[in-house]
Amino acid sequence: MTLYRAAVHVIPRRGLLDPQGKAVADALRTLGFQGVLSARVGRHVVLELEAADERAAEQSVRQMCERLLANPVTEDFEVASLEAAGEPAGRR
Amino acid sequence: MKFGIVTFPGSNCDYDAYHAVVDGLGADAEYLWHKDHDLKGVDVVVLPGGFSYGDYLRAGAIARFSPVMREVVAHAERGGKVLAICNGFQIACESGLLPGALLRNAELKFVCAMTRLRVENAETPFTRGYERGQIVRIPIAHGEGRYTADDETIRRLEGNGRVVFRYVGTTGEPDAAANVNGSMRNIAGILSEGGNVLGMMPHPERAVDPLLGSGDGLALFESLLERVAA
Repeated sequence: MTLYRAAVHVIPRRGLLDPQGKAVADALRTLGFQGVLSARVGRHVVLELEAADERAAEQSVRQMCERLLANPVTEDFEVASLEAAGEPAGRR
Repeated sequence: MKFGIVTFPGSNCDYDAYHAVVDGLGADAEYLWHKDHDLKGVDVVVLPGGFSYGDYLRAGAIARFSPVMREVVAHAERGGKVLAICNGFQIACESGLLPGALLRNAELKFVCAMTRLRVENAETPFTRGYERGQIVRIPIAHGEGRYTADDETIRRLEGNGRVVFRYVGTTGEPDAAANVNGSMRNIAGILSEGGNVLGMMPHPERAVDPLLGSGDGLALFESLLERVAA
């Protein structure tokens, strides 16, 4: 088994009202960032996991997103990064 | 006829639900702990309001994996009644008992207020004590109650009489001003496809005594009693 670090973005689905994102965009424009067209506020989850190989790790992370980390009704997710971080501690 | 009221870590309306059932309705109730693996033979399960597991990740997302929820889902699949209020509604959506999701209120504020609801369907086991079109006063207290679902789901809910309660104004119409949390179609409460699970953001258990502002919620509990006794 190899230790992996993964980062996942969970974002409100485009087209659905995201009042938090709208408030942030409004605030940015108030600050003078007139170029801001929109903002969406989501969640960034950093995971450490053990898996046989990178493919298995990615598959596992995707399942985590589908089953818990994102709500399939209202949110999209993307695996932002996935990299090996060496052998799991204590198992050398 | 016995009600089972589930207590999750962070539930805060379980005592209110118990009070409504035992003191308001005069029926038996039992608390069910989130780690329980059986429902102690109850006829109706109440998923009460609160902030189960601190609403971490998303409201209801973690409670869904409590041991007791496996039994609650099995109970619902057998046709057993489930009354899911506020955080309970969020849990019911997360666990797939009801379609859709409850998102952050459109105005981004936690709203604690009396609301007017119009009873859209009085032929459910939960609403037989009301009349269709009746306006009832029942309070809300939530930050994430904006009912959202895809177009197809909304069409099915509307077409099959599964929108049970809607937020309405003083005119009795579901206008934008009455839509306290920005829910699609002013939806305040929906029924499962099988008709045995009701999810609603307003708190009928907090409206069982005129002394506390409204007694309009009591008829909902009475409806269940008639149904099970019949």
